[in-house]
Amino acid sequence: MSRPAVEFVNLTLGYERHPAVHHVNARVRRGALIAMVGPNGAGKSTLLKGILGELRPLEGYIRLDADLGRDIAYLPQQADIDRGFPVTVFDLVAMGLWREIGAFGGVRGAAGRRVLEALSAVGLAGFARRDIGALSGGQFQRLLFARLLLQDAPLILLDEPFNSVDARTARDLMALIERWHREERTIIAVLHDLEQVRSHFPETLLMSRELIGCGPTGEVLTAENLLRARRLNEAFDEDAAVCRRRA
Amino acid sequence: MHDLHQMIFAPFLEFSFMRRALAGCLALSLGAAPVGVFLTLRRMSLMGDAMAHAILPGTALGFLASGLSLGAMTFGGALAGLAVALASGFVARGTLLREDASLAGFYLISLALGVLIVSTHGSNVDLLHVLFGTVLALDDAALLLLAGIASITLVALAMLYRPLVLECVDPGFLRSVSRLSPLAHHGFLALVVINLVGGFQALGTLMAVGIMILPAITARFWARDVAGLLAAAVITGVASGVAGLLFSYHASVPSGPAIILSAGLVFIASLLFGPRGIVTAWLRKRTHLEA
Repeated sequence: MSRPAVEFVNLTLGYERHPAVHHVNARVRRGALIAMVGPNGAGKSTLLKGILGELRPLEGYIRLDADLGRDIAYLPQQADIDRGFPVTVFDLVAMGLWREIGAFGGVRGAAGRRVLEALSAVGLAGFARRDIGALSGGQFQRLLFARLLLQDAPLILLDEPFNSVDARTARDLMALIERWHREERTIIAVLHDLEQVRSHFPETLLMSRELIGCGPTGEVLTAENLLRARRLNEAFDEDAAVCRRRA
Repeated sequence: MHDLHQMIFAPFLEFSFMRRALAGCLALSLGAAPVGVFLTLRRMSLMGDAMAHAILPGTALGFLASGLSLGAMTFGGALAGLAVALASGFVARGTLLREDASLAGFYLISLALGVLIVSTHGSNVDLLHVLFGTVLALDDAALLLLAGIASITLVALAMLYRPLVLECVDPGFLRSVSRLSPLAHHGFLALVVINLVGGFQALGTLMAVGIMILPAITARFWARDVAGLLAAAVITGVASGVAGLLFSYHASVPSGPAIILSAGLVFIASLLFGPRGIVTAWLRKRTHLEA
């Protein structure tokens, strides 16, 4: 296996000492298009936060390929964004250029054209001057994908990218993800629709606080593994004893 | 025409204390109103109120140490405000308490301590000075302080503008692309504190937050984007200052409450008749666009 883009080594992440991700060992190869699947509360979003460096591991560590640096594009769940804030579509998408413009750079000329092109690529041409609060759920998800386009990052993390979007929007956004895959970017997407995963994602990481499987989708998404994922998740114990497991 | 001159311009032309008060209100509005815009956009309007109370013990200790010394009271107030802001921030990140609850805990302790110090070591006149300020008695040092705070605030907001906006809209994204998130958060809290300390010199602890929040929420009925909100808030603050000072002069009422009441009236008028107010929305409801 070539050098991994992301490697989880005996990784435990959690909140108030309760593990949401427990002793996970897995590798995501460079250029992979991998779906992260598991029941609610399985630790999928927590794992993304760990990669982003927002959560410090309770045990173990996450190793990112040095070539990637911290150049990570992240699609948050819409609930994490204040859509009542008075900012235009153009201004929010332009923040995808942060690594070039930083806190002070302008978004005029060529940079401005790139923002408009990104909007056009996701089907939001003509929406630049609208307030973000005026967009529907699907349009807003397209906006976030336009920002990802501008970030132009080698590692892309998507947290439930198809939540609350219609079939056409999901198809358009999936086409963008497949384009990124052809460009050999590494993509990790948290998903719930197993049929979609089977159709479009060559690799899958199945979680249920612990790692159930990581590899080719057909080998991971077996009935046996899915049943195990459900059972493990249900075994969560609020009064659990201190974990003594070692790497 | 002569009456209008007598009513609006003469008080400022004839009395230097009115001109000083006007300059003080201008400086306060330039600094505090933009800070208020970001406070309200972050849904932290009441946090300004809490912080205004939190600065009281520091100011009181400054007063105890050096009498009515502007420097000592300002330094003490800023120190107390920053201590409460930082302590509540750390508790919110490290324990199960959310920031509003931990802030409430620390500001109430701070307020009680402040009232205790003032009431046991000062006279009622001192207490009134602290609670209601002295906008009609601003000396050179106080004016310089207000101008300095306004200048620092405008420069800092210009530098922090983009991270601050992102911290409000999409904090997760800001953390993923930059390490400026803590600077934006704590730098902004420091701006809140120094503006409240400045406002307290002129308007007192109870009223200082008024010139920060009322113009900011008024602006929501006039402007759509952040730049427009900032401009509308500053204009509202300045207009309220002028109107309040004139009301105070002609009706012989305390100037601090007069200024905040003026800002309150502008808020109510905007709420009703602003381009995004209740009446306008009601009138627009009777028609609709094609697309």
